[in-house]
Amino acid sequence: MRTQLAPAIHVQGLKKSFKTLEVLRGVNFDVAPGSIFALLGSNGAGKTTVIRILSTLLKADAGTVRVNGFDVAKQSANVRESFSLTGQFAAVDEILSGRENLVLIAQLRHLKNPGAVADTLLERFGLTEAAGRKVWTYSGGMRRRLDIAMSLIGNPPVIFLDEPTTGLDPQARIEVWQTVKELATNGTTVLLTTQYLDEAEQLADRIAILHQGRIIVNGTLDELKKLLPPAKVEYVEKQPTLEEVFFAIVGDDGKDANADQK
Amino acid sequence: MNKHFFGDAAVLTRRSLKHVTRSMDTIITTAVTPVAMMLLFVYVFGGAIDTGSTEPYVGYLLPGILLITIASGISYTAYRLFTDMQAGILERFQSMPIARSGVLWAHVLTSLVANFASLVIVVGVALIMGFRTGANLGAWLAVAGILLLFTLALTWVAVIPGLTAKTVGGAGAFSYPLIFLPFISSAFVPTDSMPGPVRWFAENQPVTPIVNAMRDLFTSQPVGSAIWVALAWCVGILVVAFAFSMAIYRRKIS
Repeated sequence: MRTQLAPAIHVQGLKKSFKTLEVLRGVNFDVAPGSIFALLGSNGAGKTTVIRILSTLLKADAGTVRVNGFDVAKQSANVRESFSLTGQFAAVDEILSGRENLVLIAQLRHLKNPGAVADTLLERFGLTEAAGRKVWTYSGGMRRRLDIAMSLIGNPPVIFLDEPTTGLDPQARIEVWQTVKELATNGTTVLLTTQYLDEAEQLADRIAILHQGRIIVNGTLDELKKLLPPAKVEYVEKQPTLEEVFFAIVGDDGKDANADQK
Repeated sequence: MNKHFFGDAAVLTRRSLKHVTRSMDTIITTAVTPVAMMLLFVYVFGGAIDTGSTEPYVGYLLPGILLITIASGISYTAYRLFTDMQAGILERFQSMPIARSGVLWAHVLTSLVANFASLVIVVGVALIMGFRTGANLGAWLAVAGILLLFTLALTWVAVIPGLTAKTVGGAGAFSYPLIFLPFISSAFVPTDSMPGPVRWFAENQPVTPIVNAMRDLFTSQPVGSAIWVALAWCVGILVVAFAFSMAIYRRKIS
């Protein structure tokens, strides 16, 4: 059903070079509304360049890019009304408190009651206790949560997440994953870039691999798996992963980090 | 112009002013160097300087000291702008449906407020040191207007390194020559005492007419043509720096 709707993000023949370096050499993909799309690629593959073009921070050399039906080159003001960007590094104001950061963005989005919007998000992201503290005292995970909370203000239909979990500890990572899943459940379209394969596997409805300036594969996880020879059945003793050991010792599987607040 | 320009610029200015009020040291450090220079020149060198006037030297010196205050104060604008770029918060603002030039105007308005606070401190110290003026309200407003225009012009100059610097040091370094400029002007000694080429430079650079105009206003003298030359310099620097800054900004955000 979803595929019959107009795509929330449409990228066709996207090209971008920096001086003589061809970063994007004809990128094509569509993202269905309300789905999670992962753009996978190694460092320097051009993931961030794609995100910067989609978020009107950079001009493309060639190609068509539409976000929420609007052309990024010709209707950039409408595009900026349609999405929110969470960049690679938490874009928060260190000198303001967490609450002040949220109020600031709510005011810039011209919302009616910035204070109430901020309080709701602080609650939702488990930052109520830290609300009045200056952001420079926050941990990396808290900073990232605040960053994502700032991006949700005004409920934009599309969210870009550029490497949302890079540099986070395992617990913070699972918290971010849960937030992303909730967003898609509520109908937000999410485009995320990542270099972690398990992240794409955990979250994405569709996965595209960006390699040498082109999308070389684009499909669901099952479709991608079919590209390889069928799995053989072998019996091996299952060793615990380091992640399982970590959570067993720390005594928190992370999944109920939000659950116990509800 | 974006219909939200004034609202957005006001919100962003309030944010930027919080950066100033939460680090009051920036206002103090801006005032410390000019105050130290004022003490040095009045109590150490001042006795040997002949200005050809019977007024206390502190009054002769003050206009130049005020310009030095502004020149050192605006480096914080470059610093704050640079930090915003580094932190990615500028990109967040630019990816939002707001008036984009409001981001720069917020920093510029903040600079005006912060520099005004530093100038008040310096004038306060000068008053303690014996600075007296018979200037009426009109003359004071004229001085304030010149200082405001000069701050505005230099702040737009500061936006350029703020946007283009590669390091924090680079963002602030441009202000050193500006701080030095008043020394080769009529700010500390009359230009007649200088040798030919230096004197020519001193008499034809912006600081001299600005200082002379303020000095005439403070001493209730007729200002003559100096004030027009002063205003022309300020407006000229302002227009050129503004055009450059906006061009760089537009290219940055493409």
